[in-house]
Amino acid sequence: MATSLTPTAKDGPKRPVGTLYRGREGMWSWVAHRISGVAIFFFLFVHVLDTATVRISPEAYDAVIGQYKNPVMGVGELGLVGAVVFHALNGIRIILVDFWSKGTQHQRKLFWGVVVLFTLMMVPFAIRHLTFVFGH
Amino acid sequence: MSSSTDTQGTGAYAPALESPRSPYRRGKPTRSNWELHGWLFMRMSGVLLLVMVFGHLWVNMVAGEGINQVDWSFVAGKWSSPFWQTWDLIMLWLAQLHGTNGVRTIINDYAERDATRFWLKMALYTATLVVLVLGTLVIFTFDPCMDPASTLEVCRTGSAG
Ligand code: HEM
Repeated sequence: MATSLTPTAKDGPKRPVGTLYRGREGMWSWVAHRISGVAIFFFLFVHVLDTATVRISPEAYDAVIGQYKNPVMGVGELGLVGAVVFHALNGIRIILVDFWSKGTQHQRKLFWGVVVLFTLMMVPFAIRHLTFVFGH
Repeated sequence: MSSSTDTQGTGAYAPALESPRSPYRRGKPTRSNWELHGWLFMRMSGVLLLVMVFGHLWVNMVAGEGINQVDWSFVAGKWSSPFWQTWDLIMLWLAQLHGTNGVRTIINDYAERDATRFWLKMALYTATLVVLVLGTLVIFTFDPCMDPASTLEVCRTGSAG
């Protein structure tokens, strides 16, 4: 894999030099971190409002939560948990890059570690959650 | 910011060279370490949130009957315990403050006009205030015995208030 910052004669003069970040793991994980963070933010707002109906009456809360109990919402919940799990794991990656002396050196491996851990957590969760959603 | 000077008059701008041994002058700190503290807070709250949010998701969505178990009596069961009340209160504040600071950064990044930035942040802080006040009030004033048919221990002893 060519990660060298020094353009060689072969690369020609037109090849952009600063591609260590751009278009690579570092940039895409940042994009995904930002999007997942905003998604969780908006969800939290709605989530606090719907949970606040517990204060009105048991019937009010069960009616609201009943609206979520269908396959479309069930799949949406899976997506949200995915956003949270990615954001959380990638957040730890960011913290390691910032504070661990070897963090920057291993930042690409850390990213793939996030991908592997994400998959290991999300596949079993998806199976269990979708079983609840579609099975009762 | 380094100033550039066209020293040779060639049109090629090079960074101006300081005279040797001139002491390094760091720009005066403008106001405070507010942004540094925000940066640190994002990381410390992040670590705590990982534990609290994963615990929350596990208990509500994975353990027991998963999402199907969630209804009013499930919430009443959790919030009749000071442990879960405290858990959810801390999680609420950490998540909302972390999220607000994150979105504030994003607004600063993309909203270029002063007025746009100002109003987006006003909307952000209003939403934050609503969530924190409402969420905190709900956790503190929730009555797990509101349902007369409740089978919770605290509700059967008759001394619950
Ligand atoms: C679950 C554990 C979480 C961890 C480990 C975590 C970690 C982080 C970290 C390390 C940052 C980077 C801050 C920076 O670059 O200065 C960040 C940014 C952010 N987080 Fe979280 N976070 C978590 C949960 C949340 C939650 C619950 C929300 C929403 C309410 C959220 C919303 C955001 C947003 C909007 C950003 C800004 C993204 C950006 O500037 O691109 N995070 N998070």
